[in-house]
Amino acid sequence: MSEYTVKDKVAIVGIGETKYYKRGQAPVPEFLLACEAITKAAQDAGIRVKDIDGFSSYSNDRNEATRLAAALDLPEVKLSMMVWGGGGGGVAAAVGNAAAAVAAGYANYVVVFRALAQGQYGRFGQSSPAATIAGVAPGYSNFSAYSAPYGLLAPAHWIALRTRRFMYEHKVKQDALAAIAMASYHHAQFNPRAVMYGRPLTREAYDNSRWIVEPFHLFDCCMENDGAAAVIVTTAERARDLKHKPAYVMAAAQGSGYRTDVAAENSIDYPSANYKTVAPRLYQMAGITAKDVDVAQFYEHFSGGPLMSIVEHGFCHPDEVNEFCTFDNLIAPGGRLPINTSGGNLAECYVHGMELVNEAVRQVRGESTCQVPDAQIALVVSGPLVPRGVSNLLVHG
Amino acid sequence: MAESTTQSYLPPGLAMPVPSPDGVDQGFYDALKRHELTVQRCTKCGTFQFAPELICHKCQSTELQWQKIPGRGRLYSWIRVWNPVHPALKNACPYIVAVIELPQAGGVRMVGNLLGDPMQDFPFDSEVEAVFEDHPDKGFTLVQWKLIQGERRKG
Repeated sequence: MSEYTVKDKVAIVGIGETKYYKRGQAPVPEFLLACEAITKAAQDAGIRVKDIDGFSSYSNDRNEATRLAAALDLPEVKLSMMVWGGGGGGVAAAVGNAAAAVAAGYANYVVVFRALAQGQYGRFGQSSPAATIAGVAPGYSNFSAYSAPYGLLAPAHWIALRTRRFMYEHKVKQDALAAIAMASYHHAQFNPRAVMYGRPLTREAYDNSRWIVEPFHLFDCCMENDGAAAVIVTTAERARDLKHKPAYVMAAAQGSGYRTDVAAENSIDYPSANYKTVAPRLYQMAGITAKDVDVAQFYEHFSGGPLMSIVEHGFCHPDEVNEFCTFDNLIAPGGRLPINTSGGNLAECYVHGMELVNEAVRQVRGESTCQVPDAQIALVVSGPLVPRGVSNLLVHG
Repeated sequence: MAESTTQSYLPPGLAMPVPSPDGVDQGFYDALKRHELTVQRCTKCGTFQFAPELICHKCQSTELQWQKIPGRGRLYSWIRVWNPVHPALKNACPYIVAVIELPQAGGVRMVGNLLGDPMQDFPFDSEVEAVFEDHPDKGFTLVQWKLIQGERRKG
């Protein structure tokens, strides 16, 4: 690998999050959630909030860098970055951008954050009541005049269409989706931060839950929450003098493939999580293969996301999904690939996937509530199936 | 003559499709009103493309036309939607959304509803045919799809 890489030059040194709430239950405005998560991440790192000199986020987070900088009394902002499009596809990309920025010397301490109070603003799962829709609608190409009049209106719908085709081509059973949902809920039972803490999920309850859109039952779908999460990224050199064991960035990758985002469901490679170009780049930068990964945090808007990402990150062949995606294989501490060990978007909190980065850091620090013994390498996969770009990240302890 | 209906599959109230202000898809909507299915095609290199774009993605020519194609396709994927995410759909669930592949137009895909009992099974890769759904009061036509009974193309 050339010297043009962030590998081992950068580390995540602090993590922070607010209390996690059900949608509409946050007692304060979203902006204050952002301030709290950022402040806690700085405290966790052992730096002053005033040491933060850069911001990185995604999905057009409403809480502008300059407003945050003013409110938090930062003396100087050297950098602010937003991943273009992609919703949850931008989580790891926002960390990767921050890593590139500190490696290049643009800023010293970049905070990567996401604050999302769906109770105070629009719900991602509901369609807008607009009277007309033209061509490719602004926002998401998934929602265009070529699809909206047919009731194809929510992320659940297009994720389900892709997942169904994948399941058809590879004879994947509902059991695989159930295993992913149940592993997430299982892990949340050990995590007091989780919104679903104390709410275990049985297979019977899964099967009996209502369909949202086939193949997704209620429990295959992420929650809608209010919360914020943040991490502090700095150079490996600075990291060594700080409070916690650093989580070094091994690799970060982002992007999309050939004609991935063409409206009316015209992605060339349709039954795909869109990692066929992004995952190889990640492993190449890190110099590892899937076999070296100890624990993985897969973004789950819907359980189909982890399902197809597991395949495209090389953990199993597409025709072996039924054998690989079992509850026993997916849980900590002893599963073949423990996934979403905090409960993730399904059962911890939907902070648009940012909470998965915090959990990856906890794992390599050895501080997870579902710790994988001696976890050295943690994978974060952000926004599978999102046509506007996906991303991923590897950290090691 | 292509089949058509004035009975709409979903209740009124969803966003009405209108041509893009840049004119890229005006021809598509005009053809639907004539009950013709068209796909954008490059006059220079012959490439089909959908969704439409102002430029051919293969050769970057801007000389594009709307080519009439047969209203026949293949059921590429479909979902049964149970949760209404729009007020107009409150009493419309379950309904079926399908992605149809058009082998006679370079394999481009279109979205539509699959007509018929939503609780029936719709085998993947089945042959389907177009049904034009007119909305005369609003001045637009949608293309819908239905199974061609008794036929199934191998996947």
